[in-house]
Amino acid sequence: MSDKKGMDPKTYKFDTLSLHAGYQPHKNAGSRQVPIYQTTSYLFDDVDHAAALFNLERGGHIYSRISNPTVAVLEERVASLEGGTAALATSSGMSAIFLAVMTLCEAGDHLVVSSQLYGGTVNLFRLTLPKFGIKCTFVKPRDTEGFKKAIQKNTKGIFGELVGNPGNELMDMPAIANIAHEAGVPLMVDATYQTPYLCKPIEHGADIVVHSLTKWMAGHGSSMAGIIVEGGNFDWMQNDKFPTMTQPYEGYHGLSFAEEFGPTAFTMKARAEGMRDFGPCLSPQNAWNVLQGIETLSVRMKKHCENAEKMVEYLLGHESVAWVSHPSVPDHPDHDLASKLLPNGKGSMIAFGIKGGKAAGEAFINNVKLASHLANVGDTRTLVIHPASATHSQMDEATLKFAGLSHDMIRLSVGIEDIDDIKNDFENGFRAARKPRLVSNQ
Amino acid sequence: MKFQVNNKEVYASTGGRPFDKNKPLIIFVHGSGLTHMTWVLQTRYFAFHGYSVLALDMPGHGLSGGESLKSIEDMADWVSDVIDSVGYKEASLVGHSQGCLVTVECTARNPDKIKTLSLMGGAGAIPMNPELLSLAENNDPKAVELMMDWAHGPAGHFGGHPVPGLYHINTGSMLAKTRTIKNTLGVDFRACDNYKNGFEAAKQIKIPTLSILATDDKMCPVKEGKKLANLIEGSQIDIIDNCGHMMLLEEADRVLNVLKKFITTNYPAN
Repeated sequence: MSDKKGMDPKTYKFDTLSLHAGYQPHKNAGSRQVPIYQTTSYLFDDVDHAAALFNLERGGHIYSRISNPTVAVLEERVASLEGGTAALATSSGMSAIFLAVMTLCEAGDHLVVSSQLYGGTVNLFRLTLPKFGIKCTFVKPRDTEGFKKAIQKNTKGIFGELVGNPGNELMDMPAIANIAHEAGVPLMVDATYQTPYLCKPIEHGADIVVHSLTKWMAGHGSSMAGIIVEGGNFDWMQNDKFPTMTQPYEGYHGLSFAEEFGPTAFTMKARAEGMRDFGPCLSPQNAWNVLQGIETLSVRMKKHCENAEKMVEYLLGHESVAWVSHPSVPDHPDHDLASKLLPNGKGSMIAFGIKGGKAAGEAFINNVKLASHLANVGDTRTLVIHPASATHSQMDEATLKFAGLSHDMIRLSVGIEDIDDIKNDFENGFRAARKPRLVSNQ
Repeated sequence: MKFQVNNKEVYASTGGRPFDKNKPLIIFVHGSGLTHMTWVLQTRYFAFHGYSVLALDMPGHGLSGGESLKSIEDMADWVSDVIDSVGYKEASLVGHSQGCLVTVECTARNPDKIKTLSLMGGAGAIPMNPELLSLAENNDPKAVELMMDWAHGPAGHFGGHPVPGLYHINTGSMLAKTRTIKNTLGVDFRACDNYKNGFEAAKQIKIPTLSILATDDKMCPVKEGKKLANLIEGSQIDIIDNCGHMMLLEEADRVLNVLKKFITTNYPAN
C-alpha cells in the first residue's frame, strides 16, 4: 500500500468485462470457453453441505431452476457491465419483468408505469397484474411531473423503458429517479434497447434494471433470455413499504433479506423466492448463446448505431416518408436528453411514418426482401414490423393512441448489413408502397 | 439485531438465527469502511451450527448509530464492551484487515475474555498510502475504487463469486459507499495509519490463533501476515493461493472450511 505508482484503479473496463467477467478458467478444468453445465442438479458433499446450501450458509448450486454455473457466469457478466451488485437471469425478458414486479409487490400494491412500452409489457401491467391485486397508473414518458402526481400511498415503484417502444420517446430517467426516491420507492428501468454499452441506468439513478437479453445483448436472433440487475444502492429499510424485504421471511427460517444481504437483497429474494416458486429459469445452452453475443457487444453496437444514423438520414430525405422518430434527429423532442444519457449512440430502433397510411405500410412490409418481417428487435439482421397490426395489435384504439402509436408507423430495427443493401431493399418497399393496390394484386 | 453499547444503538447480524445466550459467542469485525455484510458467507454457517454470532457494524458504519471510532485502541475497547453488553463473559473473535488490528489489540487487552482469535488478511501494522488516505478523508469515491482494485486478486477481478449472480467488486464498492466515505473509510484509514501497537500486542497473545493469508494480497501481503503470526505463540497459518485481500468473498468456501475446523476444534459448541 506504500507504492505511489498507479493511483488510478486498474479494474477491468467494459470491453474486457464483456469477454471475461464472471468466469475463472482455472476453476473449470482450464476450459478457456465457458462450459455448458447441462445438468439439472449438483452433488452434495454430505448432509451438512446440503443443509448449508439450503440455508444459504454457503454459495453454490442445488438445482438448475434456482441457479446453474453457466447461467451464473452470464449473471455476473451482465451485473459487471451494468455496474450492478448482482443479477438474476430468466427465461425471457417478460419473465424478468414479472419476477421483478413479484419480488417487489404484493396484492394491494400499486405501480406507476410509463405508457410507452413493448405491447406485451403493457398487457402485463394493464391486464395481468391486476389479477394478482397489483394496480398500475400509466403516465406518458415525457410527463415527468405526471409520474410524481401518480404516486399513491401504496405505490411500490416506478417502471419504464428509457426509450419507449416503439415511438422512441424518452423518459427523463434522472428526474424520475429523484421522484421515485423522494417517495421512498425504487425506479425499475427496462434497458433492452440500450444495452449497457449505450447506457447504464444505475449510473443515472435506476435501482433495478431489466433486459430482454434476446435482443442486442445476445444479438443474433437465436435465443430467448432475460435478466434482472440490482443497483445495490436502494435502502429497503428506509420506510415500512417493503416488509417482504425487511421483515423475517417464513420461507427461509426468519431471514430478513435486507438485513442479511444489503446491496444484493433484491436479487437474493428474487432467486430464493421467485425462482423457487415461479421457476422461469434460463437454460444453460441459451445462457451460453447470450454470452457468445455479449463477447462482441461493443463491436456490434457501434455498427448498429452507425447504420441507424445513416438510415435516419436516408429516411428523412425520402419522398415516401412522412416522419422519422429517432433520438439522433436534432428536432426530436428528446434529442438533448438523449445526448446526455446515450453518449455512445442513440440506438438502432427507428420509427417512421409511411405516406399512404396503413395500406402503404402493409405494402412496404410485404415487399422488402432483405429486411425481415418479424416480431423481434436487436438482431444482427435488419427487421421491420407494422406495430399496429402485430406487436401492439392487442391494444384498443385509445390505448394505441395513449402509447403514441399510429397506423402509418413502421418499426425498424437496423441491422449490421452493408448500409447500401439495406437502402436498396427499402427502395423496393417504398416503390411498392406508392402503388399498394397494384403490387398487392401481383 | 439491534442493541445498545455505551448508550448507542448498534446493529449486528446474527447470521439468520435468533441470538441465543446459551451458545458460545463468535464476534466478526469488518475491515475499513465496510459492514457486517462482508461476513455473510461465514456467519450463517456458525449460526446454524451451535454458535451465537454477531457480525458487527462498527459505530458509524452500516446500520449502527454513533460516529466512527477514531483509533484502533478505542475500537478494541468497544468490541470488549459489546461482549459485556450482550451479557457474555467470553467470546471468540474473527477479524478481517483493519478488523485484525482491532481484534489483536482487544485480545491483548482482555486475555481472559477472548478464547480464540482468527485473523484474515491481517498484519501488525497497516500504513496507508498518503494519496489514498487523502482521497478517503476528502470523500472522494476514487478511494473506494482504488480499495476495491487493490483488495481483489487477479482472479477476483474476473469475478466467479460462489454466490450465483453476485459480482463482488461492485458489491464491495456499494458496501463502502453505504455511509459518507470520509466518515467511515476516511476515519478508518487514519486509525489504521496511526496504530503502532500491533506487534507488541501480538506478543502478549497466548490463546489459539489462526492467520488466514492470501498469496495475491496486495494490501496485507503474506510476509506481513507471517511477521504478525510468528509473534503469537503457537499460532496457525493457512495460506490461500490465487486469492487477494478480500478472501472472505473471493474464496469464501475455502476460508469457511479453514475457519470451521479451527473454531470447532478450539472453541467447540455445546
